[in-house]
Amino acid sequence: MSLTTTRRRLPGSSGSRVGRPGAVWALPALLFFGAFALLPLVLVAYLSLTAWNGLGTPDFIGTQNWEELAGDPAMREAVGLSTALTTLSWLVQTPISLLLGVWAAGPQRNRAILSAIFFVPLLLSTAAIAILWRALLEPNFGPMSNVGWFPNLLGDSPSALLVIVFVTAWQFIPLHTLLYQGGARQIPVSLYQAAEIDGASRARAFWHITLPQLRNTITTSSVLMVVGTLTYFETVLVITGGKHHTTIVPYLMYESGFVATRLGYASAVACTLVVVATAVSLAMVRFTGFGSMRSTREGM
Amino acid sequence: MTGTSQVAPAPEAEPTTGDTPAPSPQGRGWWGSLRAGSRRHNVLAGAGAFVWLLVVGVPIYSLLVATIQPYEDYIASNPLVPPDNPTLDNYVTALNSGLFGFVWNTLLVTVAVVAIVVALTTTTAFAIVRARTRWTTGIFRVFLLGLAIPLQAVVIPVYLIINQLGLYDSLMAIVLPTAAFALPVCVLILTGSMRDISDDLYEAMAIDGAGSVRIFVQLVLPMSRSGISTVGIYAALQAWNGFLFPFLLTQSEENRLITLGLFEFQDQFGVNIPALLSAVVLSAIPILIVYLIARRSLVAGLMGVGGK
Repeated sequence: MSLTTTRRRLPGSSGSRVGRPGAVWALPALLFFGAFALLPLVLVAYLSLTAWNGLGTPDFIGTQNWEELAGDPAMREAVGLSTALTTLSWLVQTPISLLLGVWAAGPQRNRAILSAIFFVPLLLSTAAIAILWRALLEPNFGPMSNVGWFPNLLGDSPSALLVIVFVTAWQFIPLHTLLYQGGARQIPVSLYQAAEIDGASRARAFWHITLPQLRNTITTSSVLMVVGTLTYFETVLVITGGKHHTTIVPYLMYESGFVATRLGYASAVACTLVVVATAVSLAMVRFTGFGSMRSTREGM
Repeated sequence: MTGTSQVAPAPEAEPTTGDTPAPSPQGRGWWGSLRAGSRRHNVLAGAGAFVWLLVVGVPIYSLLVATIQPYEDYIASNPLVPPDNPTLDNYVTALNSGLFGFVWNTLLVTVAVVAIVVALTTTTAFAIVRARTRWTTGIFRVFLLGLAIPLQAVVIPVYLIINQLGLYDSLMAIVLPTAAFALPVCVLILTGSMRDISDDLYEAMAIDGAGSVRIFVQLVLPMSRSGISTVGIYAALQAWNGFLFPFLLTQSEENRLITLGLFEFQDQFGVNIPALLSAVVLSAIPILIVYLIARRSLVAGLMGVGGK
């Protein structure tokens, strides 16, 4: 390279342009992602305006699906169930994973062994976990049927929904615990030292230092959690098969699309998922400024 | 100075975040730092962690106990008591039900997904971290937003696209969307990891006259090894554990993946729950092996996503 293209800058600035990749480097990934994630996002909106049985070409029918969806009691129930599932899951998973994560970030001696066991559910697939729990809770042949007082949780509503909340918490709390553990490790120790000098109690330090410092982690974790919960499907498919009032929105989409082969109508159901999930994550990202590439510790 | 001599001595900027905490300048978090000298244990927190240990451990224990019991013992015994007549018959039953074919298919899909994801995310993260133009910032935002796209929401158009490409009921039908949906998280992990490479190293190589390709190959790839292995493991987990795409995009037994195989065993084995659970255990073994080999980088990478 000739010297004319090598512009020196002030120390600490990001340096010369030489050796900087062009945006072209990101293009293949963007195209690939576009084809299988972004294009479908547009297509699903179009498909919601069609009648399509999965074979042949979709027929454009205007807003018929949407009108039907608006008056569909199954959809109303599914939205209610999805809202309940998401809210309950967030309320159960966030405090537990936050506390476990902050605890696991500390120097306890047996922490390593405990963390390894905490990690096990992450290795099992959703399908495997759902099969495990269905087997454990099976009312007639499952092991719980030998424990006399255990009720038939799967055969009733709303306990079937609560089983789904529990199983998903069991599966995902380890992941969120890891996120919080990573976040907590990055909190500068000087903050706690200062608090200690001021005579702050553990609870106060947690409330005034740990929680605010974990702001970004809470957002990341919550976005993943909410979007994840909105899309639970396998768990419902395996554990209840949509029975006992567990037909959440994604399951309704599957049922109307791939079982009843009305893919246009199912696309309208899917659109509501897109809108809700995007709105939720945009709101959370905006709210906390996550994604603007800023550091949590900016200005310190 | 050559590029390679620059690479070797550079320290990792990220605090080690495995199971054994290295004494890092960032500190060890709340519990360790507050009253560090007194080493007073927080009894309440320890008790909470123990309760969660039971919540995770007891079902895993029941799972393992169930798989080594004869069926007659299983239906009659308490799940918390160790078995009287341990046996491996259930595993034999599971293995004789076509499990190997499913595992082989899953392996092929996993390797392909990992290859695509690693190739695409390393180049993209490099561009995002180093180019810093409006374009790359925009692309980064697209991937961040992509984190929020629910798989279910787009599976119908993906089904349409796969049909149009003539790929329905093939392993490729699973590979392509699975890889695409692993990209956002992987880009996030890798940009985090590449951002820690110091500017001085780029500077030195650039002054040496290295172009972006040489910098990528000689500096960026070696320096982000841990990030790359995290991404690889994450993509492998996604592929190995994926359900929706195999469920809706394939049909025939010859293209069946392991998760779907388990789901169908549920009907096939009926009430033979010990055999079913043995298949569950077997399906997790490959991932367990990968985890044991690469635990540290996986854990560190996942923690990094939350911390950044």
